[in-house]
Amino acid sequence: MTEPATPDATTHAMAFTPEDLPTSDSFFKPHRIVLLLLAAALVFSIAWFMRWDWLPRYLPRLGQGILVTLAMLVSTSILGFLIAVPLGLVQVTGPWPLKALAKSFCTVIRGTPLLLQLWLLYYGLGSLFPQFPAIRQSFLWPYLRESWPYGVAALTISFAAYEGEVMRGAFAGVPAGELEAGRAYGMSRWTVFRRIWLPRAIHRALPTLNGETVLQLKATPLVATITVIDVYAVISKVRQDTFITYEPLLLLALIYMCLTAILVLAFRTLENRIPTRGA
Amino acid sequence: MTGKNAARQENQGNCFHAFNAGSLPRRGSYFMTEPAQAIAVTDLHKRFGPLEVLKGVSLTARQGDVIAIIGGSGSGKSTFLRCINMLELPTSGSVAIHGETISMKKDGRDGLQPSDRKQVERLRTQLGMVFQSFNLWQHMTILQNVIEAPVHVLGKSKAEAIETAEALLRRVGLFEKRDAYPAFLSGGQQQRAAIARALAIQPLVMLFDEPTSALDPELVGEVLAVIGDLAAEKRTMILVTHEMKFARNVANHIVFLADGVIEEQGPPEEIFDAPKSERLKKFISSIH
Repeated sequence: MTEPATPDATTHAMAFTPEDLPTSDSFFKPHRIVLLLLAAALVFSIAWFMRWDWLPRYLPRLGQGILVTLAMLVSTSILGFLIAVPLGLVQVTGPWPLKALAKSFCTVIRGTPLLLQLWLLYYGLGSLFPQFPAIRQSFLWPYLRESWPYGVAALTISFAAYEGEVMRGAFAGVPAGELEAGRAYGMSRWTVFRRIWLPRAIHRALPTLNGETVLQLKATPLVATITVIDVYAVISKVRQDTFITYEPLLLLALIYMCLTAILVLAFRTLENRIPTRGA
Repeated sequence: MTGKNAARQENQGNCFHAFNAGSLPRRGSYFMTEPAQAIAVTDLHKRFGPLEVLKGVSLTARQGDVIAIIGGSGSGKSTFLRCINMLELPTSGSVAIHGETISMKKDGRDGLQPSDRKQVERLRTQLGMVFQSFNLWQHMTILQNVIEAPVHVLGKSKAEAIETAEALLRRVGLFEKRDAYPAFLSGGQQQRAAIARALAIQPLVMLFDEPTSALDPELVGEVLAVIGDLAAEKRTMILVTHEMKFARNVANHIVFLADGVIEEQGPPEEIFDAPKSERLKKFISSIH
């Protein structure tokens, strides 16, 4: 806790330094050359021996599908997180009725499959709505007739429940002394929350949030089951049209891997903005 | 050193400003102009469940006073200090900062709570608290820590706050570390930064809650040097400490707390060289 700092501790504050990145020299090691050749051979055989003639025809639709997937991921993660913050907070400080409510929400949502929630919303609620004239005449009806609002709702609720638990832990884990310091210098409750508690909790939760967001990305294909045309749905269409199995699926895997890599890098950049030590 | 002695000399007149509940204050009435009252605590009680930690403690700090509170562990020293800025809510009794009494109301059980949260928040900006475990905000750099309260509580401009903060950091010898994060500093450096952070709100009184207890022995000196420096410039301070030699050197008044009451108090020479009560005698001999 009070260990003396090494002289260069501050200069090595970043968790990920430029020295860790590969340089052009570092590729010219025997084992790396072999691996690079193997990878090149793999890519070559995939490109040469497999069928990719369908690709140009579907490229525009694939692009749209990726955009839909990203829109689903980003909107539900942000909305879900906004709900998760109060969910986590009331579980730490709230009065008991709110605490119990938040707790049971998280338990129920986390205890049931996302696919089930999605179908309950879309086939259950979605088929109930048209029976009420008030809803049919409301300005929301053009949206409620679509399928994507149900996908967004289900994914948001699910993300909120998981993140609510993460944020509960993160809020509880912020040392009480730091909040006390805020109060001691005259901060109001709101200022303590806005300036210390929330940013500190988010920073603590970032590594977990990273993982959860990657999981959320891979939960998005479920919306294809309620006719939202995301990248997974486009690939399914390719398979139905062309009777080709492996090639579209391999491409789909590649697409998800690239999206995951982007997410991980983005979160790492965020995490590195505030260096931590140890732990 | 001469400045410090002069400061103590001037305060000789009101060395009996701290008193136990029930007894009358014996202030230096022969002083024509007394320094203004910075903190007045009257008959403070604090109970944690069945355990009564403070059993009626009263203390007055005048501007320029350096009061050291000593006593064994569990004597209620820290609780008393934390009651002054309402981090701990007293069960009964009253606290006045700069002549303004913090208005309290019954909390429905058997304690008190502030009836005006805004008043407490305002008065807290008069009190610069330094904690045993530093409590620096780990997600901010040292400079950000120091300007946080001036900007977001006192509403100062960022430029002005940075100017003040850099001067303070220079003073505690941490100017070069201003862009480092607290986790990368030694305990001594963190505590010096925490002192700068407390000074940044330009408080009327500095409160130190065992500022060196969490430090490795070799780091204690640098923190005490900073606090001694503040005492030398006649800054009003209340200091809970285990560093007896230091308390004797910087304080003009020593308060010995035992079992939740002020067992004995007076100028450092009297307390350390001629203790009257048995418990103080025992305490003094146990630490030598």
